[in-house]
Amino acid sequence: MTAHPTADDPKTEAELDLDRKQEEVEQSFAGPGERLEILSPDGTVRPGAEVPLSTEQVRDALRWMMLSRTVDVRAISLQRQGRMGTFSAVRGQEASVVGSSFALDPARDWIVPQYRELPGVVRHGFPLDGYLLYWMGNPAGGRVPDGVKVLPLQIALAAQLPHAVGLGWGLKLQGSDGVVTTYFGDGASSEGDTHEAMNLAGVTRAPVVFFLQNNGWAISTPRTKQTAASNFASRAEGYGFPGVIVDGNDLFAVYTAMQQAVERARRGEGPTLIESQTYRMGAHNTADDPTRYMEPVELSGWDERDPIRRVTSWLRSQDAWDDEAEREMQAGIDRQVDEAIESAEAFAPPNPEQIYTHVYADPPERLRAQQRAALDSH
Amino acid sequence: MATMTMIEAIRSALREEMARDERVVALGQDIGQLGGVFRATDGLLKEFGADRVFDMPLAEAVIAGSALGLAVSGLVPVAEIQFLGFTHQAFHQIAPQIARYRYRSQGRYNAQVTIRTPFGGGVRTPELHSDALEAQFVQAPGLKVVMPSNPYDAKGMLLEAIRDPDPVLFCEPLRGYRLVKGEVPEGDYTVPFGQSRVTREGGDVTLVAWSAAVQLAERSAARLAEEGIEATVLDLRTLVPLDVEGLVSAVEATGRCVVVHEAPLTAGFGAEVVATLQEEAFYSLEAPVARVASPDTPYPIASIEDYYIPSVERVVDAVRRTVSAK
Repeated sequence: MTAHPTADDPKTEAELDLDRKQEEVEQSFAGPGERLEILSPDGTVRPGAEVPLSTEQVRDALRWMMLSRTVDVRAISLQRQGRMGTFSAVRGQEASVVGSSFALDPARDWIVPQYRELPGVVRHGFPLDGYLLYWMGNPAGGRVPDGVKVLPLQIALAAQLPHAVGLGWGLKLQGSDGVVTTYFGDGASSEGDTHEAMNLAGVTRAPVVFFLQNNGWAISTPRTKQTAASNFASRAEGYGFPGVIVDGNDLFAVYTAMQQAVERARRGEGPTLIESQTYRMGAHNTADDPTRYMEPVELSGWDERDPIRRVTSWLRSQDAWDDEAEREMQAGIDRQVDEAIESAEAFAPPNPEQIYTHVYADPPERLRAQQRAALDSH
Repeated sequence: MATMTMIEAIRSALREEMARDERVVALGQDIGQLGGVFRATDGLLKEFGADRVFDMPLAEAVIAGSALGLAVSGLVPVAEIQFLGFTHQAFHQIAPQIARYRYRSQGRYNAQVTIRTPFGGGVRTPELHSDALEAQFVQAPGLKVVMPSNPYDAKGMLLEAIRDPDPVLFCEPLRGYRLVKGEVPEGDYTVPFGQSRVTREGGDVTLVAWSAAVQLAERSAARLAEEGIEATVLDLRTLVPLDVEGLVSAVEATGRCVVVHEAPLTAGFGAEVVATLQEEAFYSLEAPVARVASPDTPYPIASIEDYYIPSVERVVDAVRRTVSAK
């Protein structure tokens, strides 16, 4: 963690330059609408704002955020060692994912993810070792356990949005009060599926929350080249439902916006688009090299807005957090992640039979013949 | 048994299945008040209401993609894409999403979705309304591709499609909608997939076709009979699953084969038929297998489409060459 300059500790030129850069980045996000902000970057609650979670819930949310960050670090290391395939880290977006998932009820609500929502889908019941298996390239990682209301990870950007709308609409038609939340990014929002899905959701008033993680970059394409609009949330108006902007590095603001959207959907009032303005503090995935397009100063500038540090600062101000608590929580997380990696690596390696399984409920004879021939030759 | 057109048989299957199973819902553009551009869904909105029959925004990708979501929610959607040529705009939902949902989720989810879509030429449509794209979907494992040629099959295979736990692309021959009539039983029956059908028997040559090309093959066979050449006509009925055994035995019986289809020649499904026969029936063949298909051009504008779609003359010609080959 970097030291914070104070009044007694005047800023250096470099730091002032960083501030200016930071301001530019912030302004690139700013739009005409209001942005919901509760927890300031320094960990203080903005005047007049309410903390929407109990201290215990905040500690729980922090645990999910820290778990996610730990998995990121370990997964990237495993990838470098050849023990895992390409991995997309969550780093920087933890408050956005965890804050939104905390407003969902795993017993009745659904998550339709893209691929950067690890703490959200794991909290919702997707096993951590299964999540790792997916990125390790084992087909078993695609299996969501029965009863867990999560759809498979999605690689084709925005392709999951029409699924989410159909699912929410179908639940509503069958009298369920479940709400469907689907995650996507600023890049994915340029896809035609995003438009078609939001349009249908508006028309059917499907109980869907469109959670757009505007993390500034679609691989190397900056937000400013993604759209000429000043923000993404304003698009919702064109589809006939509300769009809100939230500071995506602010756990409390994300949770508050999400809770309102979920309640609105549950009351039968239809969809909401939430634009969570956050930041991908690193590469798009392990195959990407952000130094080719991101300025180092930009990266360090966002470090100051680290969502995890913001929450721990607040907890410290409530006397609900200290170094000892952090060590203890981190030790528990390390054990959990170690066990998940161990379990994933101990999982039976895929066998050739699995290529042929689950293509059809009842494979056509031609596919059976291919399977027999292939297995005989192994 | 009642005599029905193709379109009446399709409508009767939809009505009966929606009445039998309340999970079945219909969605598509213009399918409600209008009853579909070809009236396949005529009367369904009135009978089943707006909670079962959905007029959709004009957007093919979300018609297909939301059908997947509806299926996951526990409903059984039957989507209509107004013309097969318009599935280009939904292809990314049908092939990589719907078709492989069971596979990606290791069996946890399946997309029990039927996508009905008219296709094929011969009725002077504007551009993009007549393309025969079936071969593109055959390359989407997980999807079944069903091509009925007559009213009896259309009803029985649509009922089978809706009940099939896997996604089905159900292609309806536009030209046959009102032209092709036949006896159709009242009430419930299904025609299983993967079983071809011999519609005419003859010892000299086997004509292999599906959908509207079956009638073309039958007309050609009637003409050939006048000159003493007796043809078997085999209707494949489903391309996925393919009845390899039925195909091989029908061709082995005559030793000669001509495949007829409306799609362009190159890499059309006819190529798959020929390759299969080469592998499975080579030593029974007395002549190279011939293909009669559309040329490798875009589907032409209406006034010249008769030169494009395979004709009786072209089929007869191909058969004469095949039969006389030593």
